[in-house]
Amino acid sequence: MIPLVKLLEAALFASPRPIPVEELSALAPEASPAEVASALDTLREHYDVDGHGVELAEIGGGWQILTRAEYTEAIERAQLAARPQRLSAAALETLAIIAYRQPIGRTEVEEIRGVAVGSILKSLQERALIDVVGRAEGLGRPLLYGTTPLFLEQFALRHLEELPRADELAIALRPAPQPL
Amino acid sequence: MNDMVEVDATHGAAGADAEPVVPVGFIVDLPAYAGPLDLLLSLIRDEKVDIYDIPIAHIAKQFLLRIRVLQLNDAAEYLELAARLLRIKAQMLLPRHGETETWEDPRAELVRRLLEYQQMREVVDILERRGDERRSRFARAYLPESGQTVAAPLALSLGELLTAVDRILRVTREPTVHTVVARTLDVAGAIAMVRSLIAERRNARWGELVARDAEPWQILSMLLALLELAKLGELRLAQPRPFASVEIEHDSPGEAA
Repeated sequence: MIPLVKLLEAALFASPRPIPVEELSALAPEASPAEVASALDTLREHYDVDGHGVELAEIGGGWQILTRAEYTEAIERAQLAARPQRLSAAALETLAIIAYRQPIGRTEVEEIRGVAVGSILKSLQERALIDVVGRAEGLGRPLLYGTTPLFLEQFALRHLEELPRADELAIALRPAPQPL
Repeated sequence: MNDMVEVDATHGAAGADAEPVVPVGFIVDLPAYAGPLDLLLSLIRDEKVDIYDIPIAHIAKQFLLRIRVLQLNDAAEYLELAARLLRIKAQMLLPRHGETETWEDPRAELVRRLLEYQQMREVVDILERRGDERRSRFARAYLPESGQTVAAPLALSLGELLTAVDRILRVTREPTVHTVVARTLDVAGAIAMVRSLIAERRNARWGELVARDAEPWQILSMLLALLELAKLGELRLAQPRPFASVEIEHDSPGEAA
């Protein structure tokens, strides 16, 4: 491996968070962005082709070394690490709406879900998956929510655009057919 | 009638919701719904009816039946949707007169909401799958949640300990009593001073108003005076950049700026 690949590997190994490409580039100022990109490719291939227990994943706007899924159970059984708790269906629904409609206020989320979401918003905020991103212009200047970088990280998304566009979903919203 | 009482217990909208669902009596395998729209959507799916042409009377009846069987009929959100369904049913029953172009299907709004909700459920499936994928892989570093650091064992000789005790005792032997002299602020005086200065010079700087060796009460008086005058609209305060000297400018509403 060339020194740049080894340097990036060391940095990725040391970090608990995905490292954005810009930060990886800052590690080696003399390397061009193309060189950094190709070094990351080399490292990923190295893990994939040579058969390693870890892999290099592009997540949350950065790169991260993760263990392979097939060893998860063994690791968990040995209590070396624990999987984060799954979100409830209600929390996921709320999160999905916010991911698509952000910035969005509580009332609009409730309109779509048909149930009150106050406590769910609070717990999502405590888990740092969403945050207040502003205030609406309307009456009472209600808080507007948006997703955080941690949301991308926990759902293995490179960026928000990786979610299918609304019109790409199987049931795209189409105008209701004309009444007979 | 018999098939109506049958509740599809295999419905898979799993996941605990915060709904105030309090089952009374003996209910086996209560399916969890994420909300009234979820229940309605699963009904429509089970009845295999067209979402764009919902047989509203039938579906409303089924909905009421289910919330009763599922003991959801004390949850406000479910009742609200039930009421909405009944209202649409009533609207559908009303005779329509004359031109049909102006007639708006009372179901349209419900259909729109249902489609929107269904679309969101699709996103939930995607998020769930991706979340599971990510959860099944560990990142390298483990972040301790409580941030507790293990303290190094205490290394201290008896002499050092006694010196420390002695030091503490000596410090606390004679408590120092502070005499606090109350100094009243002279805001009125400061206001008069600023007014006279501004009247002849039109602008000034903070540094010129407060002497270098000014006492705290003088500084505070001046600060309050300036704020008061700015509030009255007699002058304008500006600071070109952080920590720069504050510039004071005459700003009489009577004159042109």
